[in-house]
Amino acid sequence: MELNANIPDGPIEQKWDKHRFDMKLVNPANKRKYKVIVVGSGLAGAAAAASMGELGYEVECFCYQDSPRRAHSIAAQGGINAAKNYRNDGDSVQRLFYDTVKGGDFRAREANVYRLAQVSVNIIDQCVAQGVPFAREYGGLLDNRSFGGAQVSRTFYARGQTGQQLLLGAYQALERQIGLGTVKMHTRHEMQELIVIDGKARGIVTRDMVTGEIESHLADAVCLATGGYGNAFYLATYAKGCNGTAIWRAYKKGAAFGNPCYTQIHPTCIPVTGDHQSKLTLMSESLRNDGRVWVPKKAEDCGKKPGDIKEEDRDYYLERKYPSYGNLAPRDISSRAAKQVCDEGRGVGPGGRGVYLDFKDAIARLGKAKIEEKYGNLFEMYERITDENPYATPMRIYPAVHYTMGGLWVDYNLMSTVPGLFVLGEANFSDHGANRLGASALMQGLADGYFVIPYTIGNYLAANKGAKVAADHPDVKAAEAATKERNARLLAVNGKETPTYFHRELGKILWEHCGMARNEAGLKKALQLIPELRARFWKEVRVVGTGDELNQSLELAGRVADFMELGELMCLDALERRESCGGHFREEWQTEDGEAQRDDENFAHVAAWEYTGEGKAPIRHVEALAFENVHLATRSYK
Amino acid sequence: MSHDMNLTLQVWRQKNAKAEGGFQTIKAQAISPDMSFLEMLDVVNEEIIKDGKDPIAFDHDCREGICGTCSMVINGRPHGPKERTTACQLHMRSFKDGDAIAIEPWRAKAFPVQKDLVVDRGAFDRIIAAGGFISAPTGTAQDANGLPIAKENADLAMDAAACIGCGACVAACPNASAMLFVSAKVSHLGLLPQGQPERFIRVRDMVAQMDAEEFGTCTNHGECEAACPKGISLENIARMNRDYLKGKLIERPAVAGGGGV
Amino acid sequence: MPKEASFLASSIGKKIVMAVTGIMLVGFVVGHMAGNLQLYLPAHGGEHPLDAYGHFLRTMLHGAGIWIARGGLLVAALLHIWAAVTLTKMNMEARPVAYKEVKSQASTLASRSMRVSGFIVLSFLVFHLLHLTLGKIGPFEEGKVFQNVVQGFQSPVISGFYILAMVCLFGHLRHGVWSMLQTLGLSHPSYNTLRDRLAFGVALLVVGANISFPLAVLAGFVKL
Repeated sequence: MELNANIPDGPIEQKWDKHRFDMKLVNPANKRKYKVIVVGSGLAGAAAAASMGELGYEVECFCYQDSPRRAHSIAAQGGINAAKNYRNDGDSVQRLFYDTVKGGDFRAREANVYRLAQVSVNIIDQCVAQGVPFAREYGGLLDNRSFGGAQVSRTFYARGQTGQQLLLGAYQALERQIGLGTVKMHTRHEMQELIVIDGKARGIVTRDMVTGEIESHLADAVCLATGGYGNAFYLATYAKGCNGTAIWRAYKKGAAFGNPCYTQIHPTCIPVTGDHQSKLTLMSESLRNDGRVWVPKKAEDCGKKPGDIKEEDRDYYLERKYPSYGNLAPRDISSRAAKQVCDEGRGVGPGGRGVYLDFKDAIARLGKAKIEEKYGNLFEMYERITDENPYATPMRIYPAVHYTMGGLWVDYNLMSTVPGLFVLGEANFSDHGANRLGASALMQGLADGYFVIPYTIGNYLAANKGAKVAADHPDVKAAEAATKERNARLLAVNGKETPTYFHRELGKILWEHCGMARNEAGLKKALQLIPELRARFWKEVRVVGTGDELNQSLELAGRVADFMELGELMCLDALERRESCGGHFREEWQTEDGEAQRDDENFAHVAAWEYTGEGKAPIRHVEALAFENVHLATRSYK
Repeated sequence: MSHDMNLTLQVWRQKNAKAEGGFQTIKAQAISPDMSFLEMLDVVNEEIIKDGKDPIAFDHDCREGICGTCSMVINGRPHGPKERTTACQLHMRSFKDGDAIAIEPWRAKAFPVQKDLVVDRGAFDRIIAAGGFISAPTGTAQDANGLPIAKENADLAMDAAACIGCGACVAACPNASAMLFVSAKVSHLGLLPQGQPERFIRVRDMVAQMDAEEFGTCTNHGECEAACPKGISLENIARMNRDYLKGKLIERPAVAGGGGV
Repeated sequence: MPKEASFLASSIGKKIVMAVTGIMLVGFVVGHMAGNLQLYLPAHGGEHPLDAYGHFLRTMLHGAGIWIARGGLLVAALLHIWAAVTLTKMNMEARPVAYKEVKSQASTLASRSMRVSGFIVLSFLVFHLLHLTLGKIGPFEEGKVFQNVVQGFQSPVISGFYILAMVCLFGHLRHGVWSMLQTLGLSHPSYNTLRDRLAFGVALLVVGANISFPLAVLAGFVKL
């Protein structure tokens, strides 16, 4: 396998412009002769499907939800970054680029990140034109807020529902194309296999989740925009349905998997209450603009009511350790700091796994009304879940799995190692390095969907008009048969444990050994435990019902089966990356004061894993990262 | 410390769209008040699966009250007894030990049941496809600050845009009308300057699709507003009616090069 | 793209028909009630003012006035009923399987009983026309409006039906007036309380005054 990033020549500022000119075009009259499949209808998928439909391609879009509007991009609360410099506070494309590369702990590809920063400004324009109701000031102009990892105010937002509003914008553009007939939408369809013919991606096999029918859909190119795989941890802030099946199937058909160990643990989630817990709920990072994070200085104070702990007995540990960024330190650093204080026995709440996020000072400074205006819906949500009033008593928060920076490896054109297979949004590995900054996921999803893929897909298609694939092509039939066989196998086990049981067990292993802090012994243990659990799964899982009906138990079992393979690759990648960087913290590599210690000499590269077959060890390939525009430095937020 | 509860569920079970449905009594045991309503169903389903029976199919996804997927009528109220709360954000502390809980799907001709509590809400997507958008092809936009928008209008548009498309309004309406949903989108886009060029065509086409989907009509009961987890206001329906009337009054016969309004 | 529905075929079009005809009918009941208040005036020169008012109505515009008004009201009433019937049909078809349990949150007895109250008011209207316009029920003398009314209300059965119909009319107006303003798009947070009070006020005024007539006759305040 050869990893060619296809980065255009020239100075970084001009790469994208030059590339756009160099790329081949498809004649407008010919576009309708090309068919493109888009899997997923979140920000990246909906934006891509709508934009390619507008261009004139014949697009088919698939999602597992009952409507494309429900993709989990909808849950992003805080905002979207863009280098608009509307605040006149020194922002620029260069600065957003620099912040993102630094925030990613120098493990992202410079050229991709620069392009992301460049098109960020177009995204805001596009969304406003679609009617996204961003927050405004009385003068009618757009408002901004600050977010972690940046010293400028460049985050645009729509109350605490930015993801929802951006997704609805993309969804409406998509529905418009559906109404015009350029996009055909398949809801409640789950991708089960990638169809590769003569080395090129030519279609997918799906299961109709209502009738159970296994169908093949053929095309000239396939775009996966299926999101991240954080649900491998079972407890995560992802939607329950989010899964890694599409990218995992593609991996098994030859797409390299980039940096699977890079997972983001978000610092501000509502802590776990019990074994019944089915997911974790995130509180927007924007809360850290006004909330102060603290724990008691003395472990014996942890049982006290927060109001009874005197000011001098509180440890505002983020402000103490990172004075210049304070409570807005990046996510990986804030999460790890929370884990540290809890490990020291100073955590609060049930199980001692929580820290306070306190608004008392902000309420005193700005008034309750202002706080309510800014965060009202988040406070309401918190109260509904915990039955505690955050205006009166500090919130309790704890880190939770939130995002995966890793994903299928793609080149500058967002194409994977399988020609014709493009990967967009969180599903790819490209822009965030080892840690993603807040408000950058929305930016990347929309950048890929609106402003990158519409260009790069044309370049591919212009050179690759393959012959029409017959529906009974042996490779198509083989992919269908593999899908059917897999589902039949799951239904046939007839064991005693539910798919959820195995999912929960897998989650425990991953959280324990491949979570916020990792070490060699733990990872090796996980690499032994996961195959054992997987073997048990295939002997003891119980999937009821049949494959020919709406069967949520079968859907879940299929996803869990893939997570159990993917989880193993995550641990393997974490074991092989013998350094700490961003969200990947190896306890063996830390500075004296507990910060991540990179090894740029040996690990300034992307690890891309190649599948070699059932039961065989995957091969680790390397794409060296060149830092020509950003000086490699120790990431400091002190 | 809160204590676990035992509950009796009356759940609508229906094999598929064509089958006859009916209520089944299911016991829910050792339910913690900290569980969400859907986590309670998870626990019940785990037991059902272990018995080798068919678990209760229900729609859910984000479980944080924003995706609009969960959809069930709990004791006669869409999303259950708490105001402005989706079923996934409803916690069992709203119930007490020994309670009987009736769980039904959204009931409307336009939302056919697919299985148990799962319904098909594709009608909503088709209404949006008919006109619930601003035509702004990718790449055509001017600078975002080129068009100042009064904060009040932006806020009102955001209020309407907060709709999560769950369909509780239809479920709650005695007439199974979708007017709160449709009017929320008409208002969101119609309140913004970007939405003006298509304002009257939009409302005309969306209403035509709404009628074609065979939803009922509004008789101004206000049940939709009361059931809406996002507090979408009835004022939106008045705004839609106004725009519809205005659009119809000024409508021209189709002219060459374009039609309508 | 759906085929654009004509105004009258569309749900909102029908609702607007309902609202506009509703305004006309509300105008009528208010005017009718105001005219009937003359019941309380004393006889003047041997003729009761109500008889003179009846004479005026029958002879204005050389006798054409009353027929223009009747024609207008008939069309309004028929359109109102047509809209009600077609909308009700759509609404009933929209939920083929009923809920086992419904807990109403915002609807009122008035809003939920519009169909029933409308039907009773319509039945009463027919009866009322037979009674006091066509004289087919009980003693009746052409042109003697005051006498016909008082004689009629002296019957507890007729008064009872009248009062029942007025109670229904109260509910119908209470929800209907609010509802027609909503349907015509007249909603604004600064005026919505006023809108609600207006609906209540109109309903109370019309029905309160109307019910006072049979009560006054039965109690003997108004007699021949």
